[in-house]
This record gives sequence, C-alpha cells and structure tokens, in this order.
Amino acid sequence: MLDRRVFLKSSGLALVAGGFLPKVFVRMASAATLPGASRKILVAIFQRGAVDGLNVVVPYGEKTYYDARPSIAVPRPGSGEGAALDLDGFFGLHPSLDALLPHFKDGSAAFVHAAGSPDSTRSHFDAQDFMESGTPGVKTTSDGFLCRALSSSAKKDEQASPLRAVSLTPALPRILAGSAGAVAISNLGVFGIRAGNATPAVSESLESMYAGTEAGALRDAAKESFEAARILKTADAAGIAPQNGAEYPRSPFGNALKQIAQLVKANVGLEIAFADVGGWDTHVGEGGAQGQLSNRLRDYGQAIAAFARDLDSRMGDVTLVTMSEFGRTVKENGNRGTDHGHANVMLVLGGGVKGGKVYGRWPGLDSSHLYENRDLAVTTDFRDVFAEILSKRMGIANLKSVFPGYALDEKKRIGLIA
Amino acid sequence: MVLLRNPSIRAFFLLVAAAGLAVPFAYGAGSGSNKKAKLTEREKAIHVLNRLGFGPRPGDVERVLAMGIRNYVEEQLAPERLPDSEVAENLGQFPTLAMTNAQLFDNYEKPLREAQRQAQQEMRAAGFGKAAGASADIAEKVAERVRRMVPLEKRPQRVLEELTQARIVRAVESERQLNEVLVDFWMNHFNVFAGKGLDRILLTSFERDVIRPHIWGKFEDLLMATARSPAMLFYLDNAQSVADEAHRAPRPLPRRRGLLAFLGMAGAARPNPPAGLNENYARELMELHTLGVDGGYTQKDVTELARVFTGWSIERPEQGPAFVFRAPLHDVGAKTVLGVSFPPGGGLEEGETMIRVLAHHPATARRIALKLCQRFIADDPPKKLVDRVAKTFLQTGGDLRETVRAVVLSPEFFDGRYYRAKVKSPFEYVVSAVRALGGASDNALPIARQLAQMGEPLYFCQPPTGYSESDQAWVNTGALVARMNFALQLAANRLPGTWTDVASLIPVAKAGDAGKAVDALSCALVDDELSPETKIGLQKQIEASNEAAKAPLIAGLILASPEFQRQ
Repeated sequence: MLDRRVFLKSSGLALVAGGFLPKVFVRMASAATLPGASRKILVAIFQRGAVDGLNVVVPYGEKTYYDARPSIAVPRPGSGEGAALDLDGFFGLHPSLDALLPHFKDGSAAFVHAAGSPDSTRSHFDAQDFMESGTPGVKTTSDGFLCRALSSSAKKDEQASPLRAVSLTPALPRILAGSAGAVAISNLGVFGIRAGNATPAVSESLESMYAGTEAGALRDAAKESFEAARILKTADAAGIAPQNGAEYPRSPFGNALKQIAQLVKANVGLEIAFADVGGWDTHVGEGGAQGQLSNRLRDYGQAIAAFARDLDSRMGDVTLVTMSEFGRTVKENGNRGTDHGHANVMLVLGGGVKGGKVYGRWPGLDSSHLYENRDLAVTTDFRDVFAEILSKRMGIANLKSVFPGYALDEKKRIGLIA
Repeated sequence: MVLLRNPSIRAFFLLVAAAGLAVPFAYGAGSGSNKKAKLTEREKAIHVLNRLGFGPRPGDVERVLAMGIRNYVEEQLAPERLPDSEVAENLGQFPTLAMTNAQLFDNYEKPLREAQRQAQQEMRAAGFGKAAGASADIAEKVAERVRRMVPLEKRPQRVLEELTQARIVRAVESERQLNEVLVDFWMNHFNVFAGKGLDRILLTSFERDVIRPHIWGKFEDLLMATARSPAMLFYLDNAQSVADEAHRAPRPLPRRRGLLAFLGMAGAARPNPPAGLNENYARELMELHTLGVDGGYTQKDVTELARVFTGWSIERPEQGPAFVFRAPLHDVGAKTVLGVSFPPGGGLEEGETMIRVLAHHPATARRIALKLCQRFIADDPPKKLVDRVAKTFLQTGGDLRETVRAVVLSPEFFDGRYYRAKVKSPFEYVVSAVRALGGASDNALPIARQLAQMGEPLYFCQPPTGYSESDQAWVNTGALVARMNFALQLAANRLPGTWTDVASLIPVAKAGDAGKAVDALSCALVDDELSPETKIGLQKQIEASNEAAKAPLIAGLILASPEFQRQ
C-alpha cells in the first residue's frame, strides 16, 4: 500500500486535501467540544399535504364550525366519547392529540391559529415552495429560508459542524436548499460507505475522487457526506437509546424525531433539524374524532410527545415548530372531506415558548370573514412566527436576508417566545 | 428470466474494452470535458445512448457508431419497428402484467377483503368490538388474522412488485430505450401514487393501457386516456366528485347506493351522506397535466372545470373497476371554463371538449416543450429551443413523436456544453450502472429498494407533481452515499437478484496489471473520461486490495465516481 504522504504528494490532490483534512478535524473538534447547553436548536416539521387545522385546534365556540361540517366536526369538550379537549374555553384540541395536552397545560406548548402564507395559491406544490423559500409569491428564490438563516448566523465556516443542519429525509428539502451545507440523512445508523473490510480505503478513494471533480453540487454534497459520516461514527449517535421511558410510534415520523433526539444528545453541533410527515390531503373520508385524520394526528402527537419526553430538560435548548402549506375549506365537501383552503394552525413547543395559549387573531368563520368567501383567513404570517424564534432563540439579527422583501414589524410581534 | 443472453453480446465485452484501449486518452479530458463546444462522433454516440436511453451496455457505442448516429436516433423514434422479443419473453414471468383490472381485483384484492370480513366476524363473535375506544386494538388483531389467512403471493403488493420489476427489466434490457425513457417521463408527468388505496392494483393497466400505447401519438389522446383511467380518477378523487343537489338532472339515482358502497360509505351511520364537488382533479389537470401553474386560469376556472367532470367515475370494483360516466350525478347547470361556455343540460361531451381545449392550448404546448427539453437537454434549457419545440407541438396538433424529434434532433441537443452535464436521476443511475456492467436481474426488487433509499421509489411518488427533473432534487448527502454503496454492491455481486461480470470487461492480457486493468475498466464504463486524480486514486486502491476483489472494487468505484453520476 502506498504511504499516505507519498500518495498525497504524488497526486494533484495534495493541495486540495492538504487544506481539506485539517479543517475537518477543526470542525469535528468544534462540534464535539462545544458545550451542548450553549447551543440552541430549531426543529422544523412540515406537514405536507395541507393538514386540516380546523380539526386540529377546533374552534368549538363557533356554531358555524358545526354547521359547515355536519359529518366531520369534532364534538365540543365534555360531550362524551371523542370530544375535543378544551384549551381555553373557545378552542379545543383534537382528542387524538391528547399526548400534547400536558405540554399545553404546563406552559411549554402553544398554538398559533389562522396562521399561514399570504399567497392565495391552492397548489400544494407552489404553496410548499413559497413556504420553504420564505418568499410567498416569488418563484425565483433559489434557496430555502432556513438555509439563509444558517448563513446569516454569525458562526464562521470553520466552526460550524457539517451536521449543523440535518434533514431526516431521503432528499434535501427546499427549506434547507442552498449553500449553507445542510445534509439529508434518513438513517443515522447506516450512514456512510459500506464495503466490508475495504471500507476505510474505499471511503478515502471516493473522497479523493469527489474532491477532485469540478466545483458544484456533486462535490459539495460528497464533501459534506464524508465529514458527516466521520462525526456520526465518532459520536455513535445512532447508538443512543430513548430516555425517560419515551416511546416513539413505529412510523417514519416517529423514527425521524427519534433520530433528531439522538443528534441533539450526541452533541454533534446540530442547530437546525427538519422532518416532514405526509398524509394530510384529506379530500375524501377525512373523519372527525375518529378516522383518517385522527389516525395521522395520533402518530404526529405521540411522536412529538415522545420527543419532548426523551429530551426532557434538554428541551430547554430546543424549539420545535410545525407548519403546513395551507389549511382546508371550512365547509366539508361532497365526500366527507375538505378541499384546499387558506389559513392553518402551527404548533410551537419547547425552550423559551410562552405556552398554554392559542395565539393569533381569530378572524371567525362567518362567511363575511372568510378568505375568498370559503376559507379561514390568514391573520398571522408564518414568517412572523419564524422571525420571532430565529431572532430570540437562534440569535439571528439579520432577518432581512432570511425573509427578503418582508416588513418585519416590531408591532407584529406575537410574543410567543419569552 | 433468460440470463445467458445472446453470446455475441458476451463477445462484445472483449471487443469494447479493446476498442476503448485503442484510443487510450483521446477523450480523457477529465472534469473539464463537458465544456467543449463541438462533440466528436464518439461523444455524440455516448450522448444519445445516455440521453435517449439508460446509458450504453458493453458494445453499444461501437454499434451506434457503425450504424450512424442519425440512424440510431430514427430507429429509437420508431420503436414499434424494433424487435424486442427477448424482453417480451422475460416479462412472461410476471403474469399480472397481462391481467385486466377486473382480474387483478378478483385475484389480489378479493382474497384480502374476504379475509378481512371473515376476521372481523370472528372478532365480533369472540365478543370484541363492543367497547368503544378499543378500535385501534381490534384493527391490529384483525390485521394479524388477515396476515395469516392470505398468502403473500395473493396479496395486492404482488401486483406492484411485478410491475416494479418489469419496469426495471425493461429499462435495463429493452432495445427500445427511448420508449422506456418516455414511459418514465409520462408516468411521472401523469403521476399516480401506488400508496393510495386501490391504485396499487390499477397502476398495471394505467401503464399498459393508458401510457404506453399513447406516448408516440397525439397528446390529446394521451390526456383523454388518463382522464378516463380508473387509476387517475381514483388518485385525484374525481371518481367521487358529483354535482351539488341543486345542479343534478331531475331523475332518480339508481346507482347511488353502488357509488356509496364503492366509496366505503354504504355501511356508515348516516343514511344520506352529503355529496358534492371535489376539485382535486380539475386543479391538477390544469396545473400539472396541461397549462401549468402560470397558465392563466383562476380558482373560478378550477371550480367550473370540476363541475364539468362531475360524473366521470369508476364502476364498483366487484364489477371490474372501469370508467363509467354517471349521468345522474353530472352537474347539468351552465358553466364557463377558460372562456368556453356550456349551456345547461350537458353531459359527458363537456369533459371531452375541455380535454381537447386543454390539450391544444398554447400554455400546454409550452409546458410540455419545457419539460421535454429539461428531460433531454438541461434543467434550464435554451428558451429559443423551448419556443421551437412548443411551435412544433402546436403545428402538429400535439404529435408527440414529432415533438420529441424536435428536441432530440435539435442542434442544441448535441451542444458540447450539455455533454455529461446533467446529473442522472436515481432510476437513470441504477439502470445505467447495471447496463454498463452488462448485468441482468432475475429479481429486481433489491434494486427497487435501493431506488427508494435514493429518494425515487417507483410508483410511490405521493404528490401529483411527480419527481423533480432538476439536479438539485437528487444531489444531496444521503442520496449520494446511497448511490456509492449501490455501485460497490452491484459490481461486487453483493446485490441479490442481479448479476454482473466485471472480469469480462477486462481483456485477459491486462488482468494482471493494476494500471492496465484500471484503464480497461475506465474505457469500458465511462469511455475513459476519468480525471487524472480519479485514476491515481483507483490505482492506489487496486494495489491495496486482494487479487480476487480488485476488478469488482475498481468497477464499483468507477460507477460511484462523479463522472458516472452525470449523463
């Protein structure tokens, strides 16, 4: 076998690799030695397919809600089996989300209702794109707003871990697309090159090949891959078991949150984590207290509750927020389902959250208050929710570059972060 | 499946390595190679094999050069004249491919449904199901019983497994490569998600009867076939979209119970469930299948178009899930869509008119032209070319053969800047790797599972948008590692169900010499376009590994290299 030093000298790679390897060690060291507690972490969840927010946090105080939804409304609290769980005398939680109720009651979870994107599109694709780019109505934005948030945080490249932004998805989502070096990993345990005994040598060969290819997406993705694999292996993130009796649902979403908790506990320098969960596009047979939506919500609620329990006091560093591209029609459609609507509800849970409250101005469900005469109107822009978390929790001062063209007004502060 | 293919192909293995070696470094421009302005004939041959197909098999480049590039393209543009009997023979091992929707339902859905019914009855008899709130528990018990009652080969999953395998086998082995590329393109354009209920058995007929027969004809016919297909009607909920009470023809509804039974509502508590409009299909028909999101339609157009398509539905599955127009559930009111007005009292012909209008709309022409150019040329294709292709589409009445021809025979197609400039999709990547090694599968399911890890599970794209055409969607950390591991597994014959023979790619005389073996494999797999850095890395690797593992490891590394990720 060639001596490594000789190999580097003899290849045109010496310059690249020479500058490349030590930096990795710096980044690894930085990731490993940073005291976990000093790092704030944002966990962003996308409910793809447009969840029916009106059946998640139910405005049971509105008679119109029950008039509009004869077969799929969630019954008022106290009305027996399958009733909504009261939150504040007007809103109630879907009964399948009972696992989240203690967090609302103890003040660590809040909801923002009638939140969403101001753009009027009812296309899943466009609406998700607008929400993830953070520029509703502008299609030419090339990167995601969480990527811009990473770029504008003060840390120098050398200090940032290659695992500072991780998406627990097979492909990198739009929201993290861009040059900040976010990585997509769907399974922490098997991440890396697998070639039996030859693994270290093969890994090294591949790393050299990609370091030598022309600049671009392939080279960048490879670089991040190899660094991330090294750190994950060293920290043995996948070997960290859930704690405090946390039981994650055995579902893709449960598995994603379990792995995010592992990354948090492994102290690998995580700042932003992302996961998505689908199955919300309930055009047909949505169900009320039971049925299709109820089943999806149970998985969603139990996974998030397990995550909070697993991390326990570490949740003080973690703020979890959920979003969905738009809400659904106030009226149920001809198939006991709902069609694409407008405003929705967001959940915010964890460190710094002034919970126990449903935030946002409630526009009402009377037809005169509906958006385009059919949907819940947006009274809180989703960017205001994120702006508050990013500035107050993540310490990002320059929100102008995160949400270009959006007037972030102090007066619009929701006040949901302490 | 026939594993031992035509012996002459095997002989080609040696030939190709030798041919490659005859021009050792002529094309070894490495990472800068995609910036050249004018392609050589050899590069053109590689380019058409990569873009019009799933990459060259051993011997393909020489074959295309011998017959002439133009002739090869013309041959691919008329696949019905290309013999492909070997693939047809291989597909014989998948009986469900030839079954009708009715047969598939009877053979693969009914046993499951009957078992479920029986299991539920048993549970009830045993006293379960009375206590409210225990429904999740009971569902689990029923599922367990059903699992025991219905053998694996009688379950609906089998239908999808065969369809998935057939898709991979065709892409790997078919001589009609462009046809398979276009099947991939149109299946993605008219995406149907196999994870949505009955669509798991309806996709077989969708691909066979709706997509494949129409991709060389008029777009209007293809669009109409999708609009009437049970798979699409179910996926985008149009089967359930019916007129508001106020807009129905005044007559009894003989089929109503039937429809409700089909929707799973017949047993529900409410005797008179509401029925009405579902605008899902109408929206996607304009946004995704034809005009595009900026195609100039409004929410009002969506609602009106949904009214036009009320009554386009599916027969009850027990009677064979086929298209049916339920006149009593059609909205008979006056409607206006995109400026086209329909007087009261219309029927099926309204939808047919709108399919025609949408199929020939200039916005549709532009959208189809853009998507084809993105598939065949680049993520951001030259605007002038897109305009020209759109014009061809309109002038030929949406003739898809002429439209594709306008793309692949354009000067832009052979522009050097696009040579090996587009990152392969996962499907393109895995199929091209198997082809490059002259491999074949008798079980392609392990390949299908790898595709899922790379982010492209076949038939399982949930949103109606289909998979992305852009590099950015596919090049990311996790997926790239999955690609590298796949390549190493494949070349080492560690991927169950698929065989490759790397040794046959290296001439015997070169096998003992590490450097020459690397050269031979580099020529065979990427036409010796590896960068000098990559080659040095490979030589180091070969010196480090044991004799038996050498060639497969080198081949695996080349297939995992950045050069092979591009087409």
